[in-house]
Order: sequence, then C-alpha cells, then structure tokens
Amino acid sequence: MLVVEIEKRLPHFTLRANFTVPAGKLLALAGPSGSGKTTILECLAGLQRPDAGHITLEGQPLFAAAAGINLPAARRRVGFVFQAYALFEHLTVWENVLYGLWGLRGEEKEAGLRRAEGLMARFGIGHLRNRFPAQLSGGERQRVALIRALVRDPAVLLLDEPLAALDRGLREQLRQEIKELPAEWRIPVVLVTHCCCEERLATRVLRPVRSGGTVSWTA
Amino acid sequence: MPEEVVHALLLSLRVALLATAVAAVSGVACARLLARARFPGKEAVEAVLLLPLVLPPTVVGFGLLLLLGQNGPVGWLVPGGLLFTWSAAVIAAAVAAFPLVYQNARAAFAQVDPDQENAARTLGAGELLVFFTVTLPLAWPGILAGIVLAFARALGEFGATLMVAGNIPGKTQTVPMAIYFAVEAGDYRTALPLVAIVLLFSFTVIFGLHRWSGRHIARYTGQRRG
Repeated sequence: MLVVEIEKRLPHFTLRANFTVPAGKLLALAGPSGSGKTTILECLAGLQRPDAGHITLEGQPLFAAAAGINLPAARRRVGFVFQAYALFEHLTVWENVLYGLWGLRGEEKEAGLRRAEGLMARFGIGHLRNRFPAQLSGGERQRVALIRALVRDPAVLLLDEPLAALDRGLREQLRQEIKELPAEWRIPVVLVTHCCCEERLATRVLRPVRSGGTVSWTA
Repeated sequence: MPEEVVHALLLSLRVALLATAVAAVSGVACARLLARARFPGKEAVEAVLLLPLVLPPTVVGFGLLLLLGQNGPVGWLVPGGLLFTWSAAVIAAAVAAFPLVYQNARAAFAQVDPDQENAARTLGAGELLVFFTVTLPLAWPGILAGIVLAFARALGEFGATLMVAGNIPGKTQTVPMAIYFAVEAGDYRTALPLVAIVLLFSFTVIFGLHRWSGRHIARYTGQRRG
C-alpha cells in the first residue's frame, strides 16, 4: 500500500496530493500539462522534496516532514519510467537493463539477472541487447525503460506518460502490457497521463481540482 | 641532435602532460561543482577562473612570479620558492590550460539530460556512481575537446613560462623557448627541426584524438530507427 499526503509550493500554485494505492492496483493521475502530475511522481521517487506531509510505502516512511525523514531516491525501491524514457544513451540495451544491479552481490544479483533475462524474452526484445538506445524504435525504447525499472524488483512503479511518444497501433499493444503489470508484480502502480484513453487501464482515476491558488489531487 | 635540444623536447612533453593532467582534473571538478552550486558572487568566481584565457601571458606570469617567489605563499611552503624550476613551468602551463578544460566541461555538463541522471538515482545509484557512470561518460566528448585544447595550449605556453621558469638550457628550457632563442640568435639549423617535430607531433595528437572521439561517439549515436 502506498499512502500519499503531501503539499508542495510551486511557482504558480500550491500542489496537494492525497491518495492511497493498494498493491496490485493502478491509479491514473489524469490532467492537463502544468497541473503538477510529474511533480507528484518526482516527489514519490525522491527526486523532489515536498514542503509538507508524508509518503509511506508498505508502512515504511519514505518522506515525513514532521519527523524530518526524506529517503534519497537511491534507497526508495521505486521503479520510474520517464516520459522520454531517459535511457542511458552511452550504454547498450543490456547494460541499461542491468544498471540497477550495480553493487548487488550473490543471490540478489543472480535473481536480478534472471529477472532481466525473463523480461527481455517476455517483451520480445531479447535480440536487441547489444544495440544502443539511439538505434531503437519508440516502442522498443519504451520496453527497455520498463524492463530497466522492473529488474530491481521495485516496491512501487511510477509511469510518466508511458504511451505519449508512441503511435496508435503500438499504444494499444503496450496498453495491454501495462494493464497486466500491477496484478502480476503485486505492487502499487501510479500512471500519469493527459490522454483520456490511458484511463481505461486504471483501477481508479484522479483528476485535479483547482480552487484559488491550489491544485488538489484527492481521492 | 644536441643534448640540450633533446632535453627541451622531453621536458616540453613532460610539462605539457603534467599540466594537462592538473588542468583536466581541476577543470572538470570546478565545472561540476559550479554547475550546481548557488551562492552569492558565483559569477565573479567564474570570471576569475576564466581570466587566464583573456589576460596577456605576461600578466599571468607576473601574478605567478609573486605567488611562487621566495616571499610569496608558495615560498612559505617550499623553502626557496619554485621560481626557475621545471615545476614552475608545469604550474604556468596548467594555469594557462585550465580555463579551456573548465569552459568546455561546463558546456558539456549543461548538455547532459538531467532525466538520465535521475533515472540512475531511482535505480539505486549514489551521487558518486551517477557522476562516474552517467554524467561523465555523457559529457566526455565535450570534456575531451577541452583536454585536447588544453594540451595544445600547455605545449605552446611561452610568456608566463619564460617569466617564472626562465630559459635555462638543460634545466627549464622548453621547446617554444628553444625555438625563440635559436631564431633570435639566427640559428635556424636548431630551430627548423624543432618546429617540424612540434608540428608533426601536435598534428598527430589532435588528429588522433579527434578520430578516436568521433568513433567513440558514433558508436551510440547511430541513425534512429522508426
């Protein structure tokens, strides 16, 4: 279970987010650009710091303003798929996929390697392991980003506009793959979108409510 | 070839390599630190770092003369100071070469996609690992260009070096110094081979590095499909 209750002051408004996502469920944050969707994801991942509130994951605090807790991104076990995928351009597909296993040893590393092999085969990109990201199509890049995030066995998965950069035919296919993720991995998944078709994937959809100088995402 | 000329060649190479190493490490470190830090007077600090690029070499040389001399701060640390030693030549060349690394590294770091660094963080990498496995490799082509320029600048350093290291044949005489004083004395038979060697060497190094970095980059910037 992911519990989020945060507030962050942005240049043009104050952003409030208040929701919970149980393991195995997908929550979609659907709203126009500039409504703070990506900021919420970055706060969950530890890439930005909220001004107030708390974030807990499976009962463990990731952020708690009152207690002065703010776990760094590296220690949050958050899988993050960036909007433009953010693949490491200087590394091959296989090196990208294994990046999260740096510093792991023994059984943990073995399990990660097995997961990587399995995911590469399942998403049908096993033959691309020696390519560089610049040599991949949009759909292939998206899959590499997703596999890279999953190889570390994340406790929560965050997807920032995962289908925005893809053409329509590909979208339908990847939508199906994303739909199966929460139940299969038994983790909470938060997806950000400005397109209403992605909402069909979600167990629940949140929309922003603007009042005065505040934008609230409340369940 | 006279022994002093061979010495000048070897000394020039040693001075340029050491100075480039010093300028590369300090230039990259300063560029990275200043790219992120926010403090009052930051622009003034950056301007000071670039000064050796725009000041006449004699002004830099005079500054170093005061700094490295017996009564300067370095003279306190090293008894007798460092003036007219080959270490002074390394320092003069490093100071002249530093802004070239700094400026190129600064621009190269600004080009690095922050999302790729953030992706590394969410994948469990600490800041040091992010720097060495993501930031530095992505910025490397730009940094390398700065290092090549710095090496060329260090190899050709003349004005400041003359002021702080002097022109002592067999001790502090570098190739540019040897060429200048040979030409001044009308000794073209010494100057010409030196000029030819420097030309050939500089061309080979710069051509080779560009070729290598071109291939290195082409490795992962092939045509995007679909």
